[in-house]
Amino acid sequence: MNELKQQTTVDSKILSVKNLRVYFPVEGSKKSAHKYVKAVDGVDFFINEGEILGLVGESGSGKSTIAYTIMGMNKPKEGSILFKGEDILKNNDKRSISFKKDVQIVFQDPGSSLNPFQDIRQILKLPLKVHKIVSKNQLDEAVGKALDRVELPRNFAYKTPTSIGGGEKQLVSIARALCSEPKFIILDEPTSSLDVSIQAKIINMLLKLHDEQKLTYLFITHDLSLMRNISTRVAIMYLGKICEVAPTKTFYTRPLHPYTQMLLSSIPVISEEEEELKPKKVVSVGEIPSPVDIPTGCSFHTRCNKKIDICSQKDPFMREVEPGHFVRCHLA
Amino acid sequence: MMKAQFKENTRLYWYKFSRNKLSVVGLCIVLLSILCAIFAEVITPYPQHAKEFVDFNQASLAPCRAFICGTDIFGRDIFTRLIFSCRGALSITVVVLSISVPIGVFLGLIAGYYHGTWVDTIIMRTADVFLSLPSLMLAMAIAAVLKPGMKSSMIAVTAMWWPWYTRQVYGMASSLRNEYFVKNAELIGASRLHILFREILPNCLSSVFTKMALDVGWVILIGASLSFVGLGEQPPTPAFGQMISEGARYMPDLWWMTVFPALAIAFIILGFNFFGDGIRDMLERGR
Repeated sequence: MNELKQQTTVDSKILSVKNLRVYFPVEGSKKSAHKYVKAVDGVDFFINEGEILGLVGESGSGKSTIAYTIMGMNKPKEGSILFKGEDILKNNDKRSISFKKDVQIVFQDPGSSLNPFQDIRQILKLPLKVHKIVSKNQLDEAVGKALDRVELPRNFAYKTPTSIGGGEKQLVSIARALCSEPKFIILDEPTSSLDVSIQAKIINMLLKLHDEQKLTYLFITHDLSLMRNISTRVAIMYLGKICEVAPTKTFYTRPLHPYTQMLLSSIPVISEEEEELKPKKVVSVGEIPSPVDIPTGCSFHTRCNKKIDICSQKDPFMREVEPGHFVRCHLA
Repeated sequence: MMKAQFKENTRLYWYKFSRNKLSVVGLCIVLLSILCAIFAEVITPYPQHAKEFVDFNQASLAPCRAFICGTDIFGRDIFTRLIFSCRGALSITVVVLSISVPIGVFLGLIAGYYHGTWVDTIIMRTADVFLSLPSLMLAMAIAAVLKPGMKSSMIAVTAMWWPWYTRQVYGMASSLRNEYFVKNAELIGASRLHILFREILPNCLSSVFTKMALDVGWVILIGASLSFVGLGEQPPTPAFGQMISEGARYMPDLWWMTVFPALAIAFIILGFNFFGDGIRDMLERGR
């Protein structure tokens, strides 16, 4: 399945992010004006059209910040973001209306992403009206179609977000994201606040829509097992930097970065067979350091079990060790 | 389906409102005072006593069967004048709230949405200036500068009332702007007007209505205070505060001239406050 997806990947970048840095000033540090939370600290990646790029990382590693910066909710300190070859940061960080149509985001918390004082019909009408997808007298029909797409019954249009369940809310959020006929959707941990049974339903729905609507996803999660099943490529983040990017199969069979190895070896498994698939047990030590005081050199050296002298002095560069497999490590 | 839903909602709201029996009492008092204000001419035994009228034959009479609240020194029926006073008291509330609430809510909405910018600073610091002055003092100062009368007391109370709504809505709007549904509307490309009035405002309305219901009593009281010091309704048109201050000169001999207007104010304010509590119970989230 994954191999098939990799083959069909067309080599045309829909989004590419270059040397992106997003810093937030630390509250109350006016005297020492250089104190920043380095949420995203020099990130490069690209997404090909039709791909599902999985962005994985611990809490606080800057995954969501990347997503919000692409959407224009944060101002980057440095770097460029190209969408369909166009620099979207040039116009004083204001996103064009065509970008707002083509790129949508689904947030983690379906509870707060729908206005409790509107009914589903009003919620779904907004993108249709703003982007003039259909004429005024066809709005109701378009709302119905949007609900059909996520397989919700049409009478949901008259319900309010407070009267439906969490999974249904997330389906409505997805339906809303699809209303403007986007090309690219950012999914910011779309299932992590839901029941496991509903998670599977949402994931299958997303995969079905990906094929039907010819979408490209940036899928943010911290669930590595989930990533393995759905993404075409995986990027792993640690302290605002991407450590390793690889096609899914390579990522899970030949991880090169010690951090990736550590994470993969800590996935809980049930059977012996699965155990053999995993890299040898690497004991995970320590906690993710504060993004205000990033360790010198390679930011992972404080927890790395293969640390050599150079690691604490020099920050490694991203290198392409084999086609499509990028690693940021001195040892790779 | 929609109609059934509406009926269901109405029943739920009535249930929440009437759970506290005092709210129902409050509702009755509110309705009664509104009816009194509208049909004052019909209800009262001597409607002509609300205007210029002197009859010294019946002056200063203690409460009796013909004049249940007694008469004042000009021989005017106190009861009639009390009923007519409802008009002024209610009209000042209606005017003050219907002007100050939209202004206050609108400014609070803008200041909250543009939290941390110069728009926020200008609006909220101005509101703070108004809030920092004792409200009755401010109203008296404004009413005194203008020509004393109903209009200027309305202007005065309006001027001191809007910042409370601004501050309340400001607090809600500045936290709502970080909610994902507002972010999402921005990202979709909705207009500012849509975000302010369709996304944020509906979430603030229930607390605004609650505050309005609880404020009615206070506006009546402030109005009465202004008319007590002679800055409200001018004689011969009756007003609660003005009747009390007139009667106070003849205390304790003609006690009915003061006691009945005072009781009337207490009664109405109590009623509106019970009513306001009921509205709060009704609009509050959760059951």
